Amino acid sequence: MTHTHTRAGAEPAADRVGAPRRPAAQRPGAQAGEDPLVIAGCSFTSRLITGTGGAPSLRVLEDALAASETELTTVALRRVSPDAEGSVWDVLHRNGIRPLPNTAGCFTAGDALRTARLAREALETDWIKLEVVADERTLLPDPVELLDAAERLVDEGFTVLPYTNDDPVLARRLEQVGCAAVMPLGAPIGSGLGIRNPHNIELIVEQAEVPVVIDAGIGTASEAALAMELGCDAVMLATAVTRAQDPVLMAGAMRDAVNAGRAARRAGRIPVRRYAQASSPAVD
Amino acid sequence: MDVIINGERRAVAPRTTVEEVVRSLTQEPGGVAVALNDEVVPKAGWATTEVGENDSIDVLTAVQGG
Repeated sequence: MTHTHTRAGAEPAADRVGAPRRPAAQRPGAQAGEDPLVIAGCSFTSRLITGTGGAPSLRVLEDALAASETELTTVALRRVSPDAEGSVWDVLHRNGIRPLPNTAGCFTAGDALRTARLAREALETDWIKLEVVADERTLLPDPVELLDAAERLVDEGFTVLPYTNDDPVLARRLEQVGCAAVMPLGAPIGSGLGIRNPHNIELIVEQAEVPVVIDAGIGTASEAALAMELGCDAVMLATAVTRAQDPVLMAGAMRDAVNAGRAARRAGRIPVRRYAQASSPAVD
Repeated sequence: MDVIINGERRAVAPRTTVEEVVRSLTQEPGGVAVALNDEVVPKAGWATTEVGENDSIDVLTAVQGG
């Protein structure tokens, strides 16, 4: 399989010096929205992938999803509860949002395979956000079980999007076994600690030939923008929106932050300088 | 005949099908998947698959998460 994926803004800084190039959005023929996120051949206008956990109600969740303009949203798979009111499946369906089932709660590759097969049957999609975590306290991915599960799911025909550590080597291994994207964490799930190792995220972005989605740790809009400025192709978040004091307002903030960060990345930021560089002409 | 449905022991009539078990839990079987003794039963097989004594049936659906 060949990848045509190119990474806007990833050129070495030296290439940008001397011959100023117009940002892609201003080039003749470029249309607004002509910068799709492509995962496994599927194209998305939005680069914000949302979760659904933690929302105070389905009503608030639905409004927040609408404000976020997301097109891809994770759900978990659990035993049917006879007294459940409404369904997240209905919310996604009527808003035209593609469901991305996850394997949250799985601690072994075997658990994850079983959950993924059930999710494929329930949601009629072979896309799976693969989570295999090591313990409840940190919810950090277990790299050994994760890689094993990823390889086996790819072999079974799944489109695998693994939640992974911010480890460039593991990200590369996941890509090598055929994952459709890699989703390194910024910080532990639900922590709101932001991106703890931006250098590693940049290393992952540099080497990856599949989309890189920052997943977990984002607490506020500036952190989502930073992820995109670092070169991530998309941001996945849930808690930052669903547990915000005003989830709908935060959802809109995240939408704008992802768009702003993406534009800034494509535009090519100025080099950092040690001293001032006058922006006004010298006095004659 | 006793079976385990979503972790709870329940008595069901002999020759009960997976379809009947699902219907006993939810009237909206869209977005639902079934595992019979940890093996997925495709929707097309629900009506013809009978549960047996002490079988474990898990009926799952999408919930808020991630």
